[in-house]
Amino acid sequence: MRNLVKWGAAAVVAAGLCPVAGVAGAAEPIKIGSILSVTGPASFLGEPEKKTLEMYVERINKSGGVLGRKVELIVYDDGGAGDKATTFTKRLIESDKVDILIGGSTTAATMAAVPLAERNETPFISLAGAVNIIEPVKKWVFKTPHTDRMAAEKVFADMKKRGITKIGLISEDAGFGKSGHDQSLAVVKEFGIEIVADEVYSPKDPDVTAQLTKIKNAAGIQAVFNFGFGQGPAIVTKNFKQLGMAVPLYESHGVASKDYIKLAGDASEGVRLPAAGIVVPEQLAATDPQKPVVTAFKKDYEAAFKSDVSTFAGHAYDGLQIALAAINRAGSTDKAKVRDEIEKTSGYVGTGGLVSMSATDHMGLSPSAFHMVEIRKGGWVLSD
Amino acid sequence: MNIKTARTGGLALLAIIIAMAPIGFTNTYFYDVGVNAMFNAIVCVGLNLLIGYAGQISLGHAGFFALGAYGSAILTSTYGLPPLAAMLLSAAVVGLLAFVVGRPILKLKGHYLAMATLGIGIIINIVLKTESKITGGPDGMSLGNFSVLGFSIVGDRMWYWTAGVLLVLTVWLALNLIDSPVGRALRAVHGSEVGAEVVGVDTSSYKVLVFVVSAVFASIVGSLFAHKNGFITPDIAGFFHSVELVTMVVLGGMASTFGALIGAVILTLLPQVLAAVEQYEAMILGAIMMGTMIFMPKGLLPSIVASVKRLGGGR
Repeated sequence: MRNLVKWGAAAVVAAGLCPVAGVAGAAEPIKIGSILSVTGPASFLGEPEKKTLEMYVERINKSGGVLGRKVELIVYDDGGAGDKATTFTKRLIESDKVDILIGGSTTAATMAAVPLAERNETPFISLAGAVNIIEPVKKWVFKTPHTDRMAAEKVFADMKKRGITKIGLISEDAGFGKSGHDQSLAVVKEFGIEIVADEVYSPKDPDVTAQLTKIKNAAGIQAVFNFGFGQGPAIVTKNFKQLGMAVPLYESHGVASKDYIKLAGDASEGVRLPAAGIVVPEQLAATDPQKPVVTAFKKDYEAAFKSDVSTFAGHAYDGLQIALAAINRAGSTDKAKVRDEIEKTSGYVGTGGLVSMSATDHMGLSPSAFHMVEIRKGGWVLSD
Repeated sequence: MNIKTARTGGLALLAIIIAMAPIGFTNTYFYDVGVNAMFNAIVCVGLNLLIGYAGQISLGHAGFFALGAYGSAILTSTYGLPPLAAMLLSAAVVGLLAFVVGRPILKLKGHYLAMATLGIGIIINIVLKTESKITGGPDGMSLGNFSVLGFSIVGDRMWYWTAGVLLVLTVWLALNLIDSPVGRALRAVHGSEVGAEVVGVDTSSYKVLVFVVSAVFASIVGSLFAHKNGFITPDIAGFFHSVELVTMVVLGGMASTFGALIGAVILTLLPQVLAAVEQYEAMILGAIMMGTMIFMPKGLLPSIVASVKRLGGGR
């Protein structure tokens, strides 16, 4: 008996090692490859992205596919690790022979995949935030989310409008927050605003009172801007209220999810941040071209998954729509033609905003893609 | 069976497998997985000297791996050193670091040693994440090709052969080390540290020596991995990577060089194979690990060898 079990275990191992043979369909499907951080620390990005892609691919296939061909989605989970993304990208390109890549939940995973997409001349639409993905422009790489620079510009523009000239900046010292911090410093001068206190915290810090106290004591402070996502900003917001700081608090687009309001509780009252239209679909003006798109997407998503829609899900939706529209216009999955068509994307109305790409702009979102929202009574209120 | 023939026979078999495997490779993705498997195998053969033979645990080897990778990245990208010099310099620094920290912490035993080595790995990870001016922070940093005297290693095929040669070399080195007086001293330490001391083995020196050797192995592979990938993030220094390495050694079979090698290859290939049944990946992987631990507590290779012998003897 024991031997039997042993051999059984060995057989399982052996079976696991046999390469799984690919099943060839009748009509060659359009293959979309995607590396997402479905598990791990960045799963709050990858998970909604994966669900969105799967839902819409299924829906498109039901209505006949694209160019009369079915769409096949292949998703690999990088677990939030950049070095895993490299191997999976290679697999998508070399072994699965995908026609286009959509994915890279994090900037690190995207940057790991970029050289491969460039070398193999495969169009790649990234779902990550940092501006250095598309600057300098890379021939085969595009992205759908707003950049941290746009968020900083939106916030500073709002401050300028309210006559604020001296601010304190507090940012996460990792990934998103760090990149946002650097972009903030790069653009702040254009708005005639001076950063008089510049503090950082770690994503896992349970308390940032010390840093906030320093900012509070800086002379002439008129507002505080926090760049980060996840738990950090909620802690900053709570500590901010505990210290009784009376100046306005600005957050980045990284907190534009209901989770932030839940975590920060009452302290989030009055916080202002830049957010995409998808956060406030009901409040958009009836004339806003984005209104029908984001309303429909929110309804679809929330009906299918019984959870609040997030901007991140929207990025995946936009990426998929842009890719399929380009394939449709190209009339084939010829990679060079598809790439050219993605670059020619013009006037696409997405969840992130209006997208018009060009040879020098591989994101194509205009500053108007962001709306300033304020948190009131645990909900978002459009304020511009 | 003569130990000598087993050694050369095993080495020859390994060389043949490495040479023949590409026949089944239909595209460069297979080469890439092959290279990763062999890189892990080299680290594990080194780590196995420490865990399997000297009986000391280390949960910090991903840290040494990452130091090698970042050493190469920083020295070549920022300071313009030739890749080979950068790799050797990094390995020397890692060796020195392992020596300095190994001396005090290898006096610890069991859980305490595990904690101390775990701490080293985590500290290295934190430093890589926070010193973003030097390391690029959590977004990682990129680096160029590996080249020696104007000859550069480009593409997965060339990396495959490079890794293959290095793996055979590493296994040969490890087998020789195990069969030397040092190896016997190590096994004595594993068996009974007090006993080893009584018969005149300088246990702490040997433990530190093997700790340094395994750290240097990890560092060199880290450097090569960084050049091959062209892009690294601090995740490679993460706790999970360390655990992964230890798991490879334990799964394949402690105190068996070829066992460690097989463990590394299996655990590198499995996630790739199981990615096809994505939802069940973690479950199947877990079941295989549990099954191995329950039914083959000595690890895959030693258990299989023992049962083959038993079957042969029974007939």
